[in-house]
Amino acid sequence: MIFDWAYAWDILPRFAPALWVTLQATLAGMMIALTLGLVLALLRRSPVAWISWPAAGLIEFVRSTPLLMQIYFMFYVLPEIGILLPAFTAGAMGLGLHYAAYCAEVYRAGLESVPRGQWDAASALNLGAWHTLRRIIVPQAVARVVPALGNYLVAMFKDAPLLSAITVVEMLQLAKMIGAESFRYVEALTLVGVFFLLLSLCAAALMHALERRLQVAHA
Amino acid sequence: MTIQYSDLAMTLAQGAMVTLQITAGAALLAIAAACIAGLARNSDRCWLRWPAAVYVELFRGTSALVQLFWIYFVLPHFGIDIGAIAAAIVALGLNAGAYGAEIVRGAIRTVPPGQRDAAVALNLSTRRTLFRIVWPQAVPAMLPPAGNLAIELLKNSALASLIAVTELTFAAQLARSATLQTAPIFAVTLLIYFVLALCITAGVRLLERRFGAV
Repeated sequence: MIFDWAYAWDILPRFAPALWVTLQATLAGMMIALTLGLVLALLRRSPVAWISWPAAGLIEFVRSTPLLMQIYFMFYVLPEIGILLPAFTAGAMGLGLHYAAYCAEVYRAGLESVPRGQWDAASALNLGAWHTLRRIIVPQAVARVVPALGNYLVAMFKDAPLLSAITVVEMLQLAKMIGAESFRYVEALTLVGVFFLLLSLCAAALMHALERRLQVAHA
Repeated sequence: MTIQYSDLAMTLAQGAMVTLQITAGAALLAIAAACIAGLARNSDRCWLRWPAAVYVELFRGTSALVQLFWIYFVLPHFGIDIGAIAAAIVALGLNAGAYGAEIVRGAIRTVPPGQRDAAVALNLSTRRTLFRIVWPQAVPAMLPPAGNLAIELLKNSALASLIAVTELTFAAQLARSATLQTAPIFAVTLLIYFVLALCITAGVRLLERRFGAV
């Protein structure tokens, strides 16, 4: 069996909506990861031990268990306690939670890289804790970690096919459906691989450009 | 009831064993692929450098699950049918190997160029320079990221459940459909993965102490 270009061309348009689902899941997951990750990072830095320890434990636990199990957990366990989520939402939340733990570590490195003097200056100016964080520390910390966060955005995009396991029709699930209806897996699965490769390469190029701009801005 | 629980424990334990087998097999393949591709990418010869670059970009640029499906569903059409467990080991091993190649490449670059110059001055051959001078100094820098990669590999082994390999995640699904006790079964499964990851972390710490951290 060889690669049938005409057939691949035929099924190509069917991937547009599935690609859109993949991108939506990535973006929704990234929103959750960026906000929840910052919250987790701040909780972990808390001077109060009964706040920082559970936060550290949660980050460690989420980082060392499989994303697929976490997505299953969202999809099968939450309904048992009365939270019924559509598959897409459960999947995006699973992606968001998993990468929030990674983002929390990135933010933590960023927060630690803000010089001590910035905190001192803020307290000398009589800013409250909330203002110090929101206006002084977090903006500087985030600017330093944009490239690292960008890498996780690309990683999350590549993990989006896991949503196929809970029936979300993203690109991989569509390829499986096309394969099941026609018994031709070669073209559909290869197309999915090509889509991922092209989009990842584009994203990597964008990240490089962004990194260079940020370096110029800091220099 | 007690019999049922011991059955459940048995299912999960057997699943964990398969998870460990896949992780270990893929790790061995990943180490081999990472060393070869990482060294090739640092080579002066373009016929070594380019294929290695294509391998690394191809496996880092696409999704691990897509790679697994491709090897499991597409390769048989070209006459290569290796079965589900072997497909999982090959796909996850090659995937981790691509990330590992970047670790090897980066670690070799951390060895100061003066070491190579000194080796040239001592009239050592290229091979001896690489294996006696550069490599031993690069290994300590590889260990911490390699440990993280091993944990990624353990986590990715859950993907094998999607091609019906009865590893831990698949066993959890089996136990779930048999008992409908989703929450406790999934919680225990997550905990098993966490403990396995802790074991990997501890093992890498030992290696780091043995080979001297940087």
